[in-house]
Amino acid sequence: MRSLIKPGLLFACLFIPAVAHSNIAAQLKIDNFKFGPDKLVVAQGTEVTWTNQDDIPHSVVLTALGVRSKVLDTDKAFTYQFEKAGTFSYVCGLHPFMHGQVVVK
Amino acid sequence: MSTDEDNTTLYNPDRRGFLKCMTWAGSAMVWTVSGGIPRSHLIGQAEAAETGLTFAQVSDSHLGFNRPVNPDVTGTFQEALGQATSTADKPAFLIHTGDITHLSTAEQFDTAAQLLGATKLQVYTVPGEHDILEDDRKSYLNHYGKGTQGDGWYSFNTQGVHFIGLVNVVNLQGNGLGDLGQAQLEWLEKDVKGLPASTPIVVFAHVPLWVVYQDWGWGTKDGGQALTYLKRFGSVTVLNGHIHQVMQKVEGHVAFHTARSTAFPQGVPGVAKGPGPASVPPGELKNFLGTARISLVSTSSPLAIVDTPLVG
Repeated sequence: MRSLIKPGLLFACLFIPAVAHSNIAAQLKIDNFKFGPDKLVVAQGTEVTWTNQDDIPHSVVLTALGVRSKVLDTDKAFTYQFEKAGTFSYVCGLHPFMHGQVVVK
Repeated sequence: MSTDEDNTTLYNPDRRGFLKCMTWAGSAMVWTVSGGIPRSHLIGQAEAAETGLTFAQVSDSHLGFNRPVNPDVTGTFQEALGQATSTADKPAFLIHTGDITHLSTAEQFDTAAQLLGATKLQVYTVPGEHDILEDDRKSYLNHYGKGTQGDGWYSFNTQGVHFIGLVNVVNLQGNGLGDLGQAQLEWLEKDVKGLPASTPIVVFAHVPLWVVYQDWGWGTKDGGQALTYLKRFGSVTVLNGHIHQVMQKVEGHVAFHTARSTAFPQGVPGVAKGPGPASVPPGELKNFLGTARISLVSTSSPLAIVDTPLVG
């Protein structure tokens, strides 16, 4: 048994952190000039993906983080990983009346 | 995406009394704001032919857009250009009030160059926000920036009329309102300073200079400042696009007018759930697309504008 446990631990050490990181993911959709949900609460390290399901291109601008997605045509997506805790507001760069918020805990 | 409920207003534009379709005359349609506000004139083709200057406005061709509401925006743009240029009183030139392309790609700009070039007319443009999505506005300016200033603004004179092309899509403000910026405002003030007040002025820009609907960013934050430089003139006509529907109002000597898109209609503010593309009943799309012809008439009134749907 001992000889089996050691490789198991080694496996865990090598892969668990990476697996844990990429497992935290959340989805946001953009439709009819709205982000949905407009307020999303996630854990630190979460990868948030915005997918444009609207007929018009949009973008994601996280002003406080200095992050600006490319313009997303219909069905295109943008992903950003939130490393730090905090409340991050964002808008669509083309239509700044579209607001959203990601709360990272 | 737009829902059916969003779009029902398009079949019945006067549902809220906002706009009223006043009359149909051949293929020309006149819209007026209800409630006693003065309206632009409808002029017949014969009258138009007698005037010294006629030009055509096209807007919001969105080349590259391919959603179900209009999978052939190249075809409808081509048709609109054909309609605008094929009549007996051929316009002296074309004005495109922006969103020439949908995504600012090289291919879309090339298509625009081919279609506009085929008209054999001088074309004056201003950018829409869809024309400056990539490469820091370089693609737009490479195509249309020659002889312009700043982000692409300029003026020119023809047959006694002073034309001013303004750029209000570079630095969108809160709610998405257009913005001219201090540098452009200072240029505008100097540009018109030496002109006699009797000079007819035509201003064209993408986003309406007047606030049509603030919640959707349908207006220009510092548009009022620009208009203070123009209020001494006896005839000022402001041509805009962006909102994909005809709206007009007159304030003193200033007539404001927005044009239809040649690509797709958008919802009616205050009624539709959002400003996105609005689908229309099968076979009726071309009732909601079109062009505008503008003629100089020798009166103290603003220039006459005839909006024409692609069919009707």
